[in-house]
Amino acid sequence: MKIRFVLNHKKVEIDVDPLKRLLDVVREDFDLKGVKERCGEGECGACAVLVNGKLMNSCLIPVAQVDGKEVLTIEGYKNTKKYKIIEEAFLEAGAVQCGFCTPGMVMAIEALLSQNPSPEESDVREALSGNLCRCTGYNMIVDAVLLAALKGKGLW
Amino acid sequence: MVKVFMPQSLKEALRIRKEEKAIPFAGGTDLMVKRGRLRGLAPYFEKPVLFLHKVKELTGVKFEEGRVRIGALSTLSEILENRDIPLILKYAIAEIASPAIRNLATIGGNICNASPAGDTLPPLYVMNARVVLSSFTSEREMKIMDFIKGPGSTDLKEEELLKEIIIPVEFFNIVFYRKVGTRKANSLSKVSFAGVARLDDGIIKDIRISFGAVAPTPLRAPEIEEEIIGKNKVKIIAKIPDILEKYARIIRPIDDQRSTARYRKTISLKILEYFLKEEIK
Repeated sequence: MKIRFVLNHKKVEIDVDPLKRLLDVVREDFDLKGVKERCGEGECGACAVLVNGKLMNSCLIPVAQVDGKEVLTIEGYKNTKKYKIIEEAFLEAGAVQCGFCTPGMVMAIEALLSQNPSPEESDVREALSGNLCRCTGYNMIVDAVLLAALKGKGLW
Repeated sequence: MVKVFMPQSLKEALRIRKEEKAIPFAGGTDLMVKRGRLRGLAPYFEKPVLFLHKVKELTGVKFEEGRVRIGALSTLSEILENRDIPLILKYAIAEIASPAIRNLATIGGNICNASPAGDTLPPLYVMNARVVLSSFTSEREMKIMDFIKGPGSTDLKEEELLKEIIIPVEFFNIVFYRKVGTRKANSLSKVSFAGVARLDDGIIKDIRISFGAVAPTPLRAPEIEEEIIGKNKVKIIAKIPDILEKYARIIRPIDDQRSTARYRKTISLKILEYFLKEEIK
């Protein structure tokens, strides 16, 4: 089945098994390896992408479901000013250790800040509640988000 | 590879459902896990798949004539953001899974899965929600309590789709929800509790109680509620042991990977006791 959607701001069309997971389509067919797979069942958030601006786990989405929609992965986000702010905040707060969860975390942070540019700590924890990190213990990531919101005032 | 359908209208979807006996696919957050295979492989479906995400008639929340009508394909996030939705349902949905899953998962999916631990069910039970079931040739409506039949089993016929959920708007001044899980996000309920009540001048004019994950279907006992209705809130304190005893007889949980029957029973009665003692005042 032909599926058409917008991937990282570009119109794409792909003839594919419509039940193939969006995660596998972006990694294998479009070579976007920033989208990670860990649990494969929606628990960990490593595969998180934005679909029409909303955070979703790409392991739970058959590609047919994004037909006609806009998908944004970390690769399509990393050249933006907002990303730079988040990146710097992550460096400053020490929010990265192994880095495996980071792309999904960053997408979750964009989803949060686009809705709520000045979040409280509890908002941040809620927004990241579907993203697991086994290194940092989360506190540094939460600090990074609060820092990014401060540094990026007016951007979101 | 199985046939896959992506209809644009409800009529078309219902025709496909009738002719192909296709599996309805709403948000897919449970189907993708249940039918998932090795990494890199598409999930397995033995029958044609009917995607519903393009069917506009199944989306949206409408408020009319003292009732809220929720399209079955409304996502949990959309319901959470809507101001017309009864609080008890919002409290429950706020504790389901994670933001990313709530953006995808639908209320219709949660209902039709009919999991004993389905978290939208106890609130829908206490709100006397009804479901509207459509087929290519007809439409029927029934109480959600009659629709849910057992674990994974509903009254949905092979040619039907759940179209919408209707909730009568009623006033409650006590709205209490409690979910017990292993952690705050992404956990399935060991026990859930939905309680609403209307107090007027110290008299309990209405009270409704439902438990999740303690029986094959969500539990509600209108006959016990009847005995509480009309009583003074102070007098009810003395009756609590008697009420707990009555519920203890019908709360019959099981041991499974998430919890034990003993824990579930103890905790559900404790939450009920808290609700009656601390919330009804």
